Amino acid sequence: MSLLEVNKMTHFFGGLRAVYDYNLEIEPGQIRGLIGPNGAGKTTIFNLITGVYTPTEGEITLNGSSIKGRPPNQIASSGLGRTFQNLRLWRHMSVLDHVKMSQFSKITYGLTGAFFGTPRRQREEAEIEEKARGLLELVGIAHLADQIVTNLPYGAQRRVELARALAMEPSILFLDEPTAGMNPEELSEMMNIIRHVHAELDLTIFLIEHRMKVVMDLCQIIQTLVFGEVIAQGTPDEIRNNPEVIDAYLGKEVEV
Amino acid sequence: MGIQTETVTPTKTGLREALKRFWKPYSRIPLLGWLVGALAAVLLELIVGNQFGRLLGMSKAPALLGLVIIMKSPLLIPSALAYVLVIYLLPVGIIARVGTSLANRAAAFLYQANTGLSAIIHLALFYAVLHLWSNLSDYRLLVVKLTLIAIIITLSLNVVNGYMGEFSCSHPGFLALGAYTASIFTIVLFVNENRFGDALLPPALGPFLFPIGLILGGIFAAVGALLVAIPSFRTRGDYLAIISLAFMFIVLSLFNNLEFVGGPRGLSNQPDYANLPTVFIWTVLAVWIINNFVRSTIGKALNAVRDGELAASTMTVDTRRTKMTAFLFSAFWAGIAGGLFAHIIRYINPGTFGIRKLAEVLAMVYLGGLNSVAGSIVGAVGFNLMGEALRPLEILKWIIIPVILILLMIFRPTGLIAFTELDPIALLKPKAMTNEGGDHVAA
Repeated sequence: MSLLEVNKMTHFFGGLRAVYDYNLEIEPGQIRGLIGPNGAGKTTIFNLITGVYTPTEGEITLNGSSIKGRPPNQIASSGLGRTFQNLRLWRHMSVLDHVKMSQFSKITYGLTGAFFGTPRRQREEAEIEEKARGLLELVGIAHLADQIVTNLPYGAQRRVELARALAMEPSILFLDEPTAGMNPEELSEMMNIIRHVHAELDLTIFLIEHRMKVVMDLCQIIQTLVFGEVIAQGTPDEIRNNPEVIDAYLGKEVEV
Repeated sequence: MGIQTETVTPTKTGLREALKRFWKPYSRIPLLGWLVGALAAVLLELIVGNQFGRLLGMSKAPALLGLVIIMKSPLLIPSALAYVLVIYLLPVGIIARVGTSLANRAAAFLYQANTGLSAIIHLALFYAVLHLWSNLSDYRLLVVKLTLIAIIITLSLNVVNGYMGEFSCSHPGFLALGAYTASIFTIVLFVNENRFGDALLPPALGPFLFPIGLILGGIFAAVGALLVAIPSFRTRGDYLAIISLAFMFIVLSLFNNLEFVGGPRGLSNQPDYANLPTVFIWTVLAVWIINNFVRSTIGKALNAVRDGELAASTMTVDTRRTKMTAFLFSAFWAGIAGGLFAHIIRYINPGTFGIRKLAEVLAMVYLGGLNSVAGSIVGAVGFNLMGEALRPLEILKWIIIPVILILLMIFRPTGLIAFTELDPIALLKPKAMTNEGGDHVAA
């Protein structure tokens, strides 16, 4: 059975058809890619699956149970982690607190613990802190744990976001342009980190990317989206040589 | 230009250096040392304060560190300064400094023995200082009590306006709900008077059951908050500000028109239960619990909601519940503060909880600093002292205070101490001798 299954998903923003008849099946352990020109609806698809929007039509199942129409925090706690294209970090919060925060749904000490600082709270806070530090180690920014995120360079902020998503212990991770705005050095580091967490945590990954090098290197299967519709799906080689994909990206040759 | 900067900068840094050098030995004094010093100072004042005040040409010891004198009779400012120097600053400074190593050793011993015990001893010392200091005049006692309550109010509003980043205006409404509930509770049960008839329980029980009345007031305020929260937390934006403002006016007109609580004439005859120890204990509880809350991951979820609600909910945070909890929690403490307030003044009417109260509360929050427990304490104390200092100006006070706030918003938009975390355990720690000074605030 697939880990994540999307069936005939369609979404309208008012009269605008943003996504049409979208299908997806992700098997455990895969790295999948989603490419397409600007405005094709890639991020919308992420938002639809993660519960930010509810699709107009279609069915989404994660681990065999339907998640369509459920609020984002519930979808997230049932194992779907994500990062954002434009880094939605919490600007007054420390790096460590970010990674602790996304373990929110695992906290069981409740308000009693929060108000009175019970031993159980100390224990749980220590546990999630330890885990957070481990993840910061994994993405290579353990030394920045106590910094406020706005003081960090861009590449480090990306890593904070990745660590934050990983702390939810997702069974599948959505990465929305994980290398956007990075210089070549940061880019290759990020790709190594993605490969590393994929192997280390046995993670399934679904990513949106603009840089062909990243997608072609990382992904096993790639979908190409144009105007909300998937026009091609296949291995990197198939996608690279698909005339429709080339048309969409480079434009048709004009007959003279 | 060049010459000017060259001449100005060195003197400035020179002064700063000198201050730093002067402060260095003091930065090694633990909180315990300061408290003992303060205790000695207030004891000294208790013994010789009035005589010394007369010696300097004042009728008695200046009531509020000489702050009131500044406006009332400016000619006495030098005497007030001399008084503050001789009675407070010198004894505190000398005793704290002489006893530095002793205090450090005592603090270290207590800290290692039992943190809870250490905290209780610190609080007991602090209470003793407040008690002795406020013993000298009823005016001081009243100011201390109202300032302590202001701390609860400011802190509770900071949870919503600072930590959660929404703008709530309904705090006076919550104060009113708490004040009326607690007043009705105590008057009906423990006071013989015309409106509610004879006491239902022996008045001797009153002080012991008073906390129940306060908590009831807090719960009523929280129920009121629920009514505001349900419609306004569906989305973000200005909805809360508008709905909460409306709520405040609804509560006011409710009490204005309810004849059984006196309508616009208000309620009086509250028993004198809110003595200094009671108010002090409630304030300590409020600070402790609120500080615990905002430092937990559950409480920090508020910051996540403030700085990015979408990201928060995608990171498993139940944003709606988080917001509701915080708002009700905040209202609960406002209700408690309202109940205490009613029993300090021993008279309430709807006019007390109007738009001016709102302005005061907001001013205290924004003066002290958003998202900061230490800031709220500083804001509440600073604003109350400023208010007392400017009291002789009467109505002009309400021109000067807003001007000060406007200047503050221009030069320090987030307030005096914003975005800090207060670690109470760190306050109890002894200061190491190698400590590089300057962190005495420990915020």
